Amino acid sequence: MEATSLLRPGFADPVMHAQETFRMVLDAMSRPGSLHASTVSLEPPRSLHPATAALCLTLLDHETPLWLDPSLESDEVWTFLRFHCGCPLAEERSAAAFAVLDGAPCGLASFAQGTPEYPDTSATLICQVEGLREHGPLILRGPGIRDRASLGLSPFPATFLEEWEGNQARFPRGVDIIWVSGKTIVGLPRTTRLEM
Amino acid sequence: MNAESLEGEDRPGHTGYNYAYLDEQTKRMLRRALLKAVAIPGYQVPFASREMPMPYGWGTGGVQVTASIIGPSDVLKVIDQGADDTTNAVSIRKFFANTAQVTTTTSSERATIIQTRHRVPETALSDGQILVYQVPIPEPLRWLEARESETRKMHALREYGVMHVSLYEDIAHHGRIAKSYDYPVLVEDAYIMRPSPIPKFDNPKLDNCPALQLFGAGRERRVYALPPYTRVVSLDFEDHPFDVETWEESCAICGAQDSFLDEVVTDDKGGRMHVCSDTEYCNKRLAAQGRQEATA
Repeated sequence: MEATSLLRPGFADPVMHAQETFRMVLDAMSRPGSLHASTVSLEPPRSLHPATAALCLTLLDHETPLWLDPSLESDEVWTFLRFHCGCPLAEERSAAAFAVLDGAPCGLASFAQGTPEYPDTSATLICQVEGLREHGPLILRGPGIRDRASLGLSPFPATFLEEWEGNQARFPRGVDIIWVSGKTIVGLPRTTRLEM
Repeated sequence: MNAESLEGEDRPGHTGYNYAYLDEQTKRMLRRALLKAVAIPGYQVPFASREMPMPYGWGTGGVQVTASIIGPSDVLKVIDQGADDTTNAVSIRKFFANTAQVTTTTSSERATIIQTRHRVPETALSDGQILVYQVPIPEPLRWLEARESETRKMHALREYGVMHVSLYEDIAHHGRIAKSYDYPVLVEDAYIMRPSPIPKFDNPKLDNCPALQLFGAGRERRVYALPPYTRVVSLDFEDHPFDVETWEESCAICGAQDSFLDEVVTDDKGGRMHVCSDTEYCNKRLAAQGRQEATA
């Protein structure tokens, strides 16, 4: 009985909801800095935001080791991910294809960066933050952005800009980030240049 | 031609297949590849291409990309060499009308997804649209270096001298760069990319395009992408700048002088005519002219 009460439900319609969620994240990655809202209703485990859970259900499976921020770990989360996604847990950051993190990440270089020949083998980080808003102090430029976009991220540690510069210096290697706050997501692929 | 009325009879869909034909695990694999493709514009992401119910060369790559992105609210247009009414275009439209229950259209403006073989529509694309290309050979360096392990390294090191040499050899032999289709482009000053065999006439449309462009090569198992507003430059030399084809003729049907023209042989006595390759553009112009005449 206890195991079933731990298990939160996944998508009500796995095929259609995965498609909807994918289009949202495809749009977010193609237009960095723009806000996209998940329309799928989910009751995720407590430490996961609804959009994080939707992204996991859409993108993760047995081929994608996941690194979960220790602060987000709980039996409930692992039960949810194991049952619905069937993804292996990564013991090391560098072994993960995806990571779900609490707040702006530090130590980007500790995640898989891909190789110069296969830069697509790098990790995608799903980072949960408190607030995301269009028109903030961060200026974004790069592919997918007409001229420039601006973004507000909170909390936003100043050290992240330096981390991101390091990530850019490794191009074409480097990680890609999906910011999540509640049901809202923002894409930050490795090609986007950031300044304050 | 109205695709909705022609193809609506086949609904409601084949049973026994998953939505949009592909199984969910395949879609997830493809979706992950597409996200990386968008994150690294112009870079070819390997993916586990599946066998599709059509032969290689008929757009298995494009069909798999479309199948992994399409949803019931999408409106799909498919063109083959610019035409909405050729076998390839009609069968792919039917395939998705059947398996994904989407509305199909011939209008570039109404479509949310346009799958294309070898043309970019003449009608300018807009924000929110997705253009899916069917790609036969994704590797721009393939005819210059046969080994994949080497071309991978060349891309990694931006070792593109050989491509410029090949373009220079064209100038030495022909006095100009003789490549008229599949003309190589440089994406965001990083990767050299093959735009699929579109005529070089269409190359300028790739640059700074508001629509998302996805490329799928089924046999070669690669996807790549151009996010909207990406800088795409056709390779050239200062003294031999890139230019597009021009025609002395205009379209024999609609009179267009600004569209890509196909030369059609009409008899065995040397008779020929030039017509728009983009049938929708041609029809639209013709309809507008009809309206003008009616009001005049």
